[in-house]
Amino acid sequence: MELLIALAIGTLTGCGVWLALRAHTFPVVLGLTLLSYAVNLFLFATGRLVVGRPPVIAAGAAYTDPLPQALVLTAIVIGFAMTAFVIMLALRARAELGNDHVDGKNE
Amino acid sequence: MMTTHLPILPVLAPFLAGALLLALPDLPMPVRRRIATFAVAAQIAIAVALLVATGGGDILVYRLGDWPAPWGIVLVADRLAAWLVLTATLLALCAVIHAGDGTDRRGRHFHVLFQMQLFGIAGAFLTGDLFNLFVFFEILLIASYGLLLHGGGAERTRAGLHYVVLNLIGSTAFLFAAGLIYASLGSLNMADIAARAAQVPPENLGLARTGGLLLLAVFALKAALLPLFLWLPAAYAHTSAPVAALFAIMTKVGAYALLRADTLLFGSTSGALAGLFAPWLLPLALATLAAGMFGALAAESLRRLAAWLVVASVGTLLTGFALGPAGVAAGLYYLPHGTFAAALLFLLAEGIARRRPAGADFFAPERDMPRHALWGGLFFAAAVAAAGLPPLSGFLGKFMLLRAAQGHPAQAWIWGVVLVAALAGVIALARAGSRLFFSTRTVEPAPAAPQSAPVDMLPDELPDPPGAPRELTAILGLLGLILALTAAAGPAADFARATAAQLADPAAYRAAVLGGSR
Repeated sequence: MELLIALAIGTLTGCGVWLALRAHTFPVVLGLTLLSYAVNLFLFATGRLVVGRPPVIAAGAAYTDPLPQALVLTAIVIGFAMTAFVIMLALRARAELGNDHVDGKNE
Repeated sequence: MMTTHLPILPVLAPFLAGALLLALPDLPMPVRRRIATFAVAAQIAIAVALLVATGGGDILVYRLGDWPAPWGIVLVADRLAAWLVLTATLLALCAVIHAGDGTDRRGRHFHVLFQMQLFGIAGAFLTGDLFNLFVFFEILLIASYGLLLHGGGAERTRAGLHYVVLNLIGSTAFLFAAGLIYASLGSLNMADIAARAAQVPPENLGLARTGGLLLLAVFALKAALLPLFLWLPAAYAHTSAPVAALFAIMTKVGAYALLRADTLLFGSTSGALAGLFAPWLLPLALATLAAGMFGALAAESLRRLAAWLVVASVGTLLTGFALGPAGVAAGLYYLPHGTFAAALLFLLAEGIARRRPAGADFFAPERDMPRHALWGGLFFAAAVAAAGLPPLSGFLGKFMLLRAAQGHPAQAWIWGVVLVAALAGVIALARAGSRLFFSTRTVEPAPAAPQSAPVDMLPDELPDPPGAPRELTAILGLLGLILALTAAAGPAADFARATAAQLADPAAYRAAVLGGSR
């Protein structure tokens, strides 16, 4: 499972970085979204991967770390809002600059 | 009771004022302005109370929900936080007064965003939790996106898009860094991280170092440190003047985070992680200072020049922060000066641009502007402040910095870069002033135009634009703050030294937050 999670995070981050380096706003927004997915998965794994345990402290029992889940929840909410904002901004840039190049110039 | 709740008031006051302004969208603009100005004035009073409460060396800790320290979120007010909150609120007062000249009408919710920006800034200075710092960064960033784009326009949108995308990538990197630090050290409370850093198990050392250096990169992006400063000149030069003035404190939030991480998380008592930032800070800071001055020399308009001087002032500041307690004291004394001087230049650039309808603030010949003696004099004072010439506080700050560098192994480099950069700043500002004020052209009366354009449409002197009293109040206010910092140089420098001494002793911070158990 560690390998699977690590590969998933690595693939998402790699694709995200590659897309964020593109010259048009749509791939950049997609890249940012992929990066935020990658970081959410990554945060989830920072409490170490544990299977079949309760998420909060039960008497004496082993438990999964609840803190990363709280962090992921916060990160998802913030990432969601930021993605919505950057999409609106990209649309506005498309309307005001006349094209979707990140520097606003025609090629 | 007041002292108990004092650390949260700088965060709550702007939040409540912003929420109030958002909840009452139908208020007429003069009332909104009055509420916003009153809210900022109240925040200044709170910041002064906080400065008095922490001035004796006490570290005030506010446990939200009264959860004990490593588990709950804490707000921590020490001298550094109080000093920065006061700087930010004083700057905000001048910016909000200036915005009342009509900038706040050019889009919706200016004052709401402005208060939310202050909410995020105050929170970032006061929080004692790494993840909470991320949240406050996001709050101040999303407010700054709104403010940066306020008023619209193609250039502003283009610069805003770069700013937003870069900061979103920065936020993602911040989350990776926070995750790495939690994974390797098992805590997000900054005092607890510092305590655990001393006994990090060797198998986690690599992860913790990676997380720490990623934090360095994130804070360097916020502070506009080389090589992550290229977003700043375009973003600051294209936004409206009061927003650019307020943003002068934004790079200082990044510098604050760097200083806090350098002295607390990776401070002298952090064992294997101690001094993680040390090899990077000084070379990057000097390179940033040099790059900022090259940019200033090449600038074609006053706004660009001011934006590049913001980069240079970050370089000066972090050079100080990299030099140990004496340098930190110099940097902390220089910080309000650099912030006010940059804001002053942005406000002046706007004022000058309004009075030169064709040339704006570009360094091109243009008709003589109305009341040129007043504006020329103000520009001269601002230039003296921004270049760090005597007798104003910038000179004192740089002098303290050079003194702190005495005997440092890289003294020749530090003195060389700081002094040559100061000379470059003088040249850039002198060039700007002579182009803007001396290189005027006389206006020929319009050649007998076929259509009925009367000659008095082109008077020798243009009328003063509306809103001038507010503009002048804000500009004179900033100038007054710089003069006050100069006149009170003794007490201010003593306070900066006491702050640096407090920062050099992370054990006291840990004891205050964690209850002295460690």
